[in-house]
Amino acid sequence: MLSTILVAAAEAPAENPLLPKLPDILWSSVVFAILLVFFWTKVLPNLKKSLDARTEAIEGRLEAAEQAQAEAAAKTANIEVEQASARAEAASIREAARADGASILAEMKEQAATEAARLVATAKAQIEAERQAALVSLRAEVGSLAIDLASNVVGTSLQNDKIAAGVVDQFLADLEAGEKAGKKN
Amino acid sequence: MSVTATPKSPQGQHQLATTQEQKLFTHALNLLTETPAPSGGGFEAPTIAEFFPAPVLFEGTSFEINRIMLIRLLITALIILFFTLWASRAQKATKSGQIVPSKFQLIGEIALNFVRKSIAHEQLGEKDGDRFLPLLTTIFFIVVGMNFTGIIPLLNIAGTSVIGLPLVLALVAYFTFIYAGVKKHGGHFFTAALFPAGVPPVFYILVTPIEFLSTFILRPVTLALRLMMNMIAGHLLLVLCFSATSFFLFENQSLVALFGAGTFAFGFVFTLFEILVAFLQAYVFTLLTTVYIQLALADEH
Repeated sequence: MLSTILVAAAEAPAENPLLPKLPDILWSSVVFAILLVFFWTKVLPNLKKSLDARTEAIEGRLEAAEQAQAEAAAKTANIEVEQASARAEAASIREAARADGASILAEMKEQAATEAARLVATAKAQIEAERQAALVSLRAEVGSLAIDLASNVVGTSLQNDKIAAGVVDQFLADLEAGEKAGKKN
Repeated sequence: MSVTATPKSPQGQHQLATTQEQKLFTHALNLLTETPAPSGGGFEAPTIAEFFPAPVLFEGTSFEINRIMLIRLLITALIILFFTLWASRAQKATKSGQIVPSKFQLIGEIALNFVRKSIAHEQLGEKDGDRFLPLLTTIFFIVVGMNFTGIIPLLNIAGTSVIGLPLVLALVAYFTFIYAGVKKHGGHFFTAALFPAGVPPVFYILVTPIEFLSTFILRPVTLALRLMMNMIAGHLLLVLCFSATSFFLFENQSLVALFGAGTFAFGFVFTLFEILVAFLQAYVFTLLTTVYIQLALADEH
């Protein structure tokens, strides 16, 4: 293949591909100069500008995102603080309510106790009064009954009221004394 | 891809070889086909004259234009068109505050950023990289654009396959790295380049000519020749494959036409390969320019 190329090369009129011709050099220089100016003044400044703009934009967006994140974090922290304070408030309210409840209960208990005591005292007084009344009426009745009985038994000797009353009193006193002695025993 | 197929021996010798080889070649083909090749058509081997087509405009002046110059101007126009559209889109997007780039914008940016980041910033750092970026970008897009015309149907020849453009770019790279070195280190740049530190003075007799040759002569020469030779070789290979395909398919009636399928497959594979080479050579050219600038700026100088 190489020999064919060589042959082919030799066939042509003597053109040495290593020797530059003037038009070749001139047009090459023109092409180079045009493209150098073009790339230097038009393309590369644009590349730099658009890359810079993009970098800036991306950095700006990242910053904005960071800011948004920080804001969100601050908001979350706020909410947490609020929640904590609300919880604390609720706890204190609950605590106060419990204390109030306890005091109310104590008051009620006290009231109930005094009421009960009052009722007991009233009842006791009433009972005492009734007992006294019963005692008085009983004394009278028992006296008359006893006198009736005794007069029936004794007959006429005990007709005098004064003596009768003295006897009855004496009897009842003895009775009471006996009763007290019995209680003591 | 190393092609040193440059006729340097005397004309007569080649003429002799030509006829001999041609005879052998026709003979071999005759043996293969067992029918004499048609005398009118036949196989047309690619010649170096492919790279020197007849002028079409301004004939005889210094601004003579031939097919290859037209291709160069076309590619220049296409590059300018593409990036003007891109720049106006980018401007619009920047003005309207649109951050997400469109697909078209992204393609341009990826291409430009390839030179900016992968080549300039990587080798020179951001500050110096941006300083030399316009030059590096221009070199890269010229080379890649002109290389690709080698496989674009109807154009079919690389704009960089004629020495002019590679030479101009290599000279630009050459003067740029010298400028970079002198601007930073003054005259010390040359002394440091020619008399490397840490070498015993006696060896300068040997080292200095070598350093001079490699730094100030071979660098631009290799830059230009590497690119041009790659493109010439690629073009000749493709022409060879496809003209052989054409020859086998249309000049033969027998089964031998099947060879055409083989040569076509070769041509197809080499076309794909040329895409790689087009890109790779542009990358290598730009990267080497950057490395030369970086070496000139380095503090060891």
